[in-house]
Amino acid sequence: MKICVLVKEVPDAAVEKRINPSTGRMDRGGERNLNPYDTHAIEAAMQVKEGGAVDVEEIIAVTMGPSTAVRALHKAVSLGADRSVHLSDDALAGSDVVATGYALAKVLERESPDLVLLGQQSDDGECYTIGAVVADYLRMPSLTQVIKMDVTPGSLRCERQAEYGYDTVEIELPAVISVGDAINEPRYPSLKAIMGAKKKPLDAVGIGDVGLEADRVGEAGSKVVCGDFKAPPQKAAGEIIEDEDTNETVEKIIAWLDERKLLA
Amino acid sequence: MNTHGLTDDQKDIRSLAARFADEVVAPQAMQWDKEHRFPKEVVQQLGELGLMGVCVPQSLGGAGADFLTYALVIEELSRGDAGLGVTLAVHTGAGTLPIIARGTRQQVERLVPPLAQGHELAAFALTESNAGSDAGALTTSADNGCLTGMKQWVTNGSVAHVFIVFAKDPDRPSAFVVRRGAHGFKPVRETDKLGLNSSSTADLQLQDTPAERLGLPGAGLRIALATLDGGRIAIAAQATGIAQAALDIAVEHAKERHTFGKPIGAHQAIQQKLADMQTEIEAARALTWRAARLKDADRPHTVEGAQAKLFASSIARRVTGEAIQVLGGYGYTRELPAERYYRDAKVTEIYEGTSEIQRLVIARALLGEAARE
Ligand SMILES: Cc1cc2nc3c(=O)[nH]c(=O)nc-3n(C[C@H](O)[C@H](O)[C@H](O)COP(=O)(O)OP(=O)(O)OC[C@H]3O[C@@H](n4cnc5c(N)ncnc54)[C@H](O)[C@@H]3O)c2cc1C
Ligand SMILES: Cc1cc2nc3c(=O)[nH]c(=O)nc-3n(C[C@H](O)[C@H](O)[C@H](O)COP(=O)(O)OP(=O)(O)OC[C@H]3O[C@@H](n4cnc5c(N)ncnc54)[C@H](O)[C@@H]3O)c2cc1C
Repeated sequence: MKICVLVKEVPDAAVEKRINPSTGRMDRGGERNLNPYDTHAIEAAMQVKEGGAVDVEEIIAVTMGPSTAVRALHKAVSLGADRSVHLSDDALAGSDVVATGYALAKVLERESPDLVLLGQQSDDGECYTIGAVVADYLRMPSLTQVIKMDVTPGSLRCERQAEYGYDTVEIELPAVISVGDAINEPRYPSLKAIMGAKKKPLDAVGIGDVGLEADRVGEAGSKVVCGDFKAPPQKAAGEIIEDEDTNETVEKIIAWLDERKLLA
Repeated sequence: MNTHGLTDDQKDIRSLAARFADEVVAPQAMQWDKEHRFPKEVVQQLGELGLMGVCVPQSLGGAGADFLTYALVIEELSRGDAGLGVTLAVHTGAGTLPIIARGTRQQVERLVPPLAQGHELAAFALTESNAGSDAGALTTSADNGCLTGMKQWVTNGSVAHVFIVFAKDPDRPSAFVVRRGAHGFKPVRETDKLGLNSSSTADLQLQDTPAERLGLPGAGLRIALATLDGGRIAIAAQATGIAQAALDIAVEHAKERHTFGKPIGAHQAIQQKLADMQTEIEAARALTWRAARLKDADRPHTVEGAQAKLFASSIARRVTGEAIQVLGGYGYTRELPAERYYRDAKVTEIYEGTSEIQRLVIARALLGEAARE
């Protein structure tokens, strides 16, 4: 079995995210990191490999992004991926979700994986959609926000986080699964793995190498138009109920909830 | 913290150590301190990750990173727990590196891999009851390859497997390697200390204990001083880490604690404290990185290491005190770690050469012969 994990380089969590109003694109200067959700996807792949229920020959990290995105691949490899593929091309700049999903699907087609794993959301775009878009292009079943995964040869039993509680779903492989951060606790990479990551095979490809149609990607191939950015409205200040006499406090809280029809 | 100028490997290893410090070390540090407990299982985990041999060559079982990376790791772990920081600093800097530098090929290949992989721990035994700053006054003696004497305040003393021991041979000190379990060798006492309670500081007894010489006969003091040249850089990193931990908790508190209707961070007096603290920490870090980079480039770093340790240890003491001030009464209680940072910081002005000795090193380089009395 072959597992591909989609990984993305995003601004580090400590960096304040900012959209450049003139281009409508995210400002990606500053410290960057592997998208935290993707570390859970790699860990999930490692656990399938180590679990022994199926035989995993290879875990391949795949990204689309500028030259700096190589760092995300190195990190993915230090966490356990065997090799990586980097799709990079000037023609890809400004791709929206559909274009990004199409481009990633073309790379994946070339690898023909049995399982595609990815984080449920990126820390920057936060569209939550790449998994579904990729699955659509690959004509594979897709599950999102998966927090538990049992693999058997040919099929997959997943628990996914739903609005209320969890859904348990069984699907056939190959499939595209996006994972939530509750699925596992990513391991620490060893120093040996960190230092060795640059020596693992990395396949750098451009749009021609994977048969991408240039007019379906990049700014020209994207239908999303971004503009008229506004900061979210300030949240109204909360109401603080001081606890002087607990009986009174409880009454006040009940009255407050009752007023808003929040009590059944 | 500004990581500009670090290589990708340095950044990645630093963030591994930072994550380990935040997730594993810091949450338990208060408990270790209270129970005076050496966290053996965490040291083992450090070994599994490769953190017990950061700057040891890969051919000897280490990670093969450079000395600066090692200093970054010491800073981050010390931010979580200073005791764990010194355990690692003595193990690698004072225990493992001198074997690599001075050992015969046979000694290096036999002794270093278990240390670099964290299967064994190392210690460095120079100090005696009447020989601290004046290390040449030591009285432990070597006779026919066997050592007799008492060593004092040996970090990792109760837990180490391999000890670098300095002894008169017969007139001038030589360095020796002693293994735990050797005839007549015994850790006799754990020292009760102001802080650093998660680290072992033990007195050792040697009675006709078989030892193997490390380096040339009579070269002991030179080996000790060269070891401390590098060791001081790691202690500077440790001090910087303790100070950073103190600043972090002070900043958090300044945002949350309200007096007179606003966060205390809105009072200028508190702002100025925090600004000074951060500036001092960044300066300490810069001096530490500079010394480490010189060492990595095989350039002289005695003075730079002394300056880094002198400055970092003094700001660590000041910053940890200021953190308690920002926290007010909460800072003085054992409910929060600020008071532990304060207790732990003090020792960085004492071991691996006191601040007075660092100034001596710096002044002698400035003044040459004129500095000698
Ligand atoms: C207002 C706005 C401005 C934007 N500006 C820019 C911009 O300037 N430049 C830019 O590049 N994007 C920009 N984007 C993001 C871009 O349009 C999409 O976010 C991107 O195509 C993928 O969506 P996502 O990362 O939100 O995916 P999600 O669906 O949230 O991501 C889920 C998972 O998909 C995978 N994934 C996502 N992207 C990639 C990738 N490239 N390679 C490999 N795996 C991936 C990861 O595993 C990730 O965890 C912007 C988005 C918005 C909303
Ligand atoms: C927690 C802890 C761990 C330690 N771990 C180790 C270890 O692993 N291995 C080891 O060998 N040792 C270890 N030590 C010992 C430590 O290195 C010594 O305590 C230190 O070198 C100072 O020596 P001293 O305590 O004998 O002080 P002294 O040398 O007696 O100094 C007393 C005071 O006099 C000052 N002074 C001394 N000489 C001069 C001078 N020429 N000019 C100006 N001032 C001077 C000193 O700066 C100091 O202020 C440890 C100590 C502690 C507290």
